[in-house]
Amino acid sequence: MMRLPKFEYRVPREVAEAVKIMAGSGPEGQFVAGGTDLYPNMKRRQQTPKTVISVMRVPELNQITGDGKSGIRIGASVTLTDIVEHPLINRDYPVVAHAAHTISTPILRNMGTIGGNLLLDTRCNYYDQNYEWRKGINFCLKKDGDICWVAPGSSKCWAVQSSDLVPVMVAIGAKFRLASTLGERMIDAAGFYNDDGIDYLKKRPDELLVDIHLPPLNGWRASYQKLRRRGAFDFPVLGVAAWVQVDQAGSVKNAKLILGGIAPSPVEVKGAGEALIGQPLDAASIQAAAEAAYVKARPLDNTDFVMNWRKQMARQYTLRALRELV
Amino acid sequence: MAKNGNNNGKPLKVVGKPFRKVDARAKCTGQTKFADDIVLPRMLFCKILRTHLPHALIKNIDVSKAIALPGVIAVITGKDLPIPYGILPVSQDEHALCIDKVRFIGDPVAAVAAIDEDIAFDAMNLIEVEYEPLNTISSIEEAVIIDEPRIHEYGDEGNIHKKVSLEFGNVEDGFAEADLIREDTFFYEGNTHLPMEQHAAVGNFDPDKKLTLWSSTQTPHYVHRALAKVLELPASHIRVIATPNGGAFGGKSDPFNHEVVVCKLAIITGRPVKVTLTREEVFYCHRGRHPVLMHIKTGVKKDGAITGMHFQSFLDGGAYGSYGVASTFYTGALQTVTYDVPRYKFQGLRAFTNKPPCGPKRGHGTPQPRYALEVQLDKIAEQLKLDPAAMRRANLVKPDTVTANYLRIGSMGLGQCIDKVVAGSDWKNKFSGWDQNNRKLPFGKGIGIACSSYICGAGLPIYWNNMPQSGVQLRLDRQGGVCVMCGSTDIGQGSDSILAYIVAEVLGIDPFDIRVVTADTDLTPVDLGSYSSRVTLMTGNAAIQAAERARELLVMAVAEKLSVPIENIALAERRAFDVENPEVGVSFAEAVVLAESKFGTIGTVGSYSPPRSPGKYKGAGVGPSPAYSYSAAIAEVDVDPDTGIVVVERIWIAHDIGKSINPMLVMGQVEGSVYMGLGEILMEEMAYRANRNVVHKFPSMLEYKSPTTMEMCDVKTYLIEDPDPNGPYGAKEVGQGPLLPVPPAVANAVYDAVGVRIDEVPITPEKVLKALKEKAKGRDGRYGPDTVPSVEWPEPLRVLTPAEGGDGKEMPRVVH
Repeated sequence: MMRLPKFEYRVPREVAEAVKIMAGSGPEGQFVAGGTDLYPNMKRRQQTPKTVISVMRVPELNQITGDGKSGIRIGASVTLTDIVEHPLINRDYPVVAHAAHTISTPILRNMGTIGGNLLLDTRCNYYDQNYEWRKGINFCLKKDGDICWVAPGSSKCWAVQSSDLVPVMVAIGAKFRLASTLGERMIDAAGFYNDDGIDYLKKRPDELLVDIHLPPLNGWRASYQKLRRRGAFDFPVLGVAAWVQVDQAGSVKNAKLILGGIAPSPVEVKGAGEALIGQPLDAASIQAAAEAAYVKARPLDNTDFVMNWRKQMARQYTLRALRELV
Repeated sequence: MAKNGNNNGKPLKVVGKPFRKVDARAKCTGQTKFADDIVLPRMLFCKILRTHLPHALIKNIDVSKAIALPGVIAVITGKDLPIPYGILPVSQDEHALCIDKVRFIGDPVAAVAAIDEDIAFDAMNLIEVEYEPLNTISSIEEAVIIDEPRIHEYGDEGNIHKKVSLEFGNVEDGFAEADLIREDTFFYEGNTHLPMEQHAAVGNFDPDKKLTLWSSTQTPHYVHRALAKVLELPASHIRVIATPNGGAFGGKSDPFNHEVVVCKLAIITGRPVKVTLTREEVFYCHRGRHPVLMHIKTGVKKDGAITGMHFQSFLDGGAYGSYGVASTFYTGALQTVTYDVPRYKFQGLRAFTNKPPCGPKRGHGTPQPRYALEVQLDKIAEQLKLDPAAMRRANLVKPDTVTANYLRIGSMGLGQCIDKVVAGSDWKNKFSGWDQNNRKLPFGKGIGIACSSYICGAGLPIYWNNMPQSGVQLRLDRQGGVCVMCGSTDIGQGSDSILAYIVAEVLGIDPFDIRVVTADTDLTPVDLGSYSSRVTLMTGNAAIQAAERARELLVMAVAEKLSVPIENIALAERRAFDVENPEVGVSFAEAVVLAESKFGTIGTVGSYSPPRSPGKYKGAGVGPSPAYSYSAAIAEVDVDPDTGIVVVERIWIAHDIGKSINPMLVMGQVEGSVYMGLGEILMEEMAYRANRNVVHKFPSMLEYKSPTTMEMCDVKTYLIEDPDPNGPYGAKEVGQGPLLPVPPAVANAVYDAVGVRIDEVPITPEKVLKALKEKAKGRDGRYGPDTVPSVEWPEPLRVLTPAEGGDGKEMPRVVH
């Protein structure tokens, strides 16, 4: 099997210590939580940090506090299994528990964390390959090469945002807390992702994702639909997160539709929101929103399934996501 | 006891009972030692540099930086191993390390032995190879048209490896008698075995100049022969031990470059050398299912009786021969053994392409034509307005007959198989009888049937010889110990257990009293290997012979001791006793002492050679078998017309096993076959990017999509026991056959569900959706290939059928 390259492994016990080690490690440093994304990438030589800083032993990152009334704060190192099984998250934020449950397999969810999933490296069939394979195509823009094989004329990397939780967090308006030796800051999930497969995060490499703040419940409902080949294991090749607020008269006050798995960043379908707001959440408005999602979805040929079919599925999966909220 | 363990009506004590496997506890507790678990003192680690180019000349290889790396002990290249090899005598076209040319991404060019794996990896990356790239051949269509550059210097022409053309009777006469003639074109995509265990091997060259190879292989005997040839060592100085295979499915049936390489490195360094392939390398080893493009023309009477069939297959062989010539013949061999085909013509072509070589995967060369045949029969049944189950049932090949292409059918339980699945699935209340306006199941739900047959061992060995295909040695010691030794290789199918069950049955002892020693060319007599579903039938018959010979010695000695007639002695319950006075007897161990006292050391042998085939024409070597297993399957599916996503909800499958040696293991093989068949029909694809250097699209277990437990359907298995005179206790095969009806049954069920024909495997949602959209526009609701390449076929070799009074030989060619 493939072997990990050699690296220094650090296990800080506090956020301050973790960010200090990172600051001292410079560009060769890399945080790791469950490692389910990073270690395979390191085996394939996609990422080659010299210092790997585990944040699994930082107590602050392992906690879940609050409830639906106040909002919930989830530490970045909380495992996906803990999220799936957490009673308050299941009661108040079932969409988060559900999306987490669709990630990979039970065994990987036991190791993988919410923070790791939200920072998941973008994925591409030309990139998620071992070194020898990538050498066979003379590498690509994202690592060691100078061409994007998905769109050879493009100067941009089209690797795909492949987290199930990202579209949900953007849709429900979660916020992330980041820490570094320079201090802390909060950032909206919606503003956290770049539409660029290489520079896909608005996070400096020295910043640590500390926790995730889910907004208080105030009448909104959300759903998530995932498209993948198999009932386990697979990354999404389309994820649809829908969020609505319906007023007492039954008309949609506010709505957001976020597509994941089709572009380097989560994609907001503004047309879908416009089609829904002011309308009852009925067959006609849902169909109009789904059409908007279909138009907006422009997947490329770099994941499982053919891209044209994935585009068509944006309509179907939007219908499903919104029907769930009726 | 009569032939093949017919117990003269006496009840069987072991055979037919669901005993656990002899290796079950070690497997379940994780204690089985696989090849990669082997650690020897001073062992070195090997890494193989594989080319990143699909087709290129090797201009120069510079290993100086690699050899200079501290910790590197040896580096070898193609010039160190100049002798070619290959599994078939007709295609000795592989080199352990490429010499002057590479033919696909993954072809090996150099190998390193170092003191640890990391150093070996780093050294591998320091080897500098200078290439001159060549144009590539990436498909059957390209191979047929483009002659240059040739991937190999041998083969029928250009990049066509092999063309075959056979005609049994005059197929045009058959079409002239037909009430309906259908022509269809199908494509079956290639797929791979995906064993959980990657290939691994350890070589050791001892101070007495004897070589030992431990390897995860299905065919230690053939590996033994290849090593002797390539390494130029006397075969008697080479020992090959097949370690327990963590899955194989045909993917470990070839002699492999990594096996040769670790042996050569062990010889050079005088130290043990281990290699364990990465998952990517396993994809490059491949030898899996050939992609096959097929054209089938069938003439039928109004009742569905076939009057003639013309089958054409085009195989994408990849970069080497492997088993490909046999695979090519197999795509045309077994069409005749299910339904009566009085006149039959077969044309097959195998192309070389710059991809990992294809070879045998579960069902070797027959799932593709079976899919084509069974889907076409469904279309014929619709045109004739016949029930597809009843139409098949009415036109079965009869037992104890010889087919048009000279395959001798023995027992034939397909009729019972069809009856079982039809009844079990409630077919009559679910199948709508082609009437979409009076559906029995709602639109989107569908049911489909398909049948199949498979060989129970290839009639001929891979290299021509007159020796047995399987040998068993039995040693009984005075403490009552019994050791059974056989060259067969347990790849998870339970072949070690079969030996213990059969010997225990004959000797009246417990199977777990027996020591089973297998797959070691020093210790065990030759068995040709775990391929062609040959093992239970052949080793079983050899084991019966060896055990009965031992039993005879025990019985003679005990009869003398007890002063009773020989025919009065029975062996059961670990005793030998007088059947008239069962309390008069001796323990099994005492019986051995008596026999050893009388005859000397007790050891017996048994061997098995298949019966001669009636076919004598050139090409008659592929298809004959001592017996044929039969399967029928009905699939029930759910098709979402909005997405095209197909969910297989349930499969009813009946398998004609002849006789179960162990029904639990038989059921396991049936269910495993269903699982693998689901993967092939729904998702698996060995896909390459022709415009990106013919790179494999996704050589990983994550992105090469194979079903998980979540995709596995409910399976209802029925075993049909109609003992075959050639099988041990009447047993036939089950390791491969039950896969065959699954893909076409699902395809036919999809048609029943939503009315579209997907004539291309796998049936993926985008194909279903596309066909549905075409249908909605009033066009043909079909997805699949329309044409096959136009090829100049050789004049067919003509053979008169048995019904025409043929003698199994080809007719002399008429020269005009």
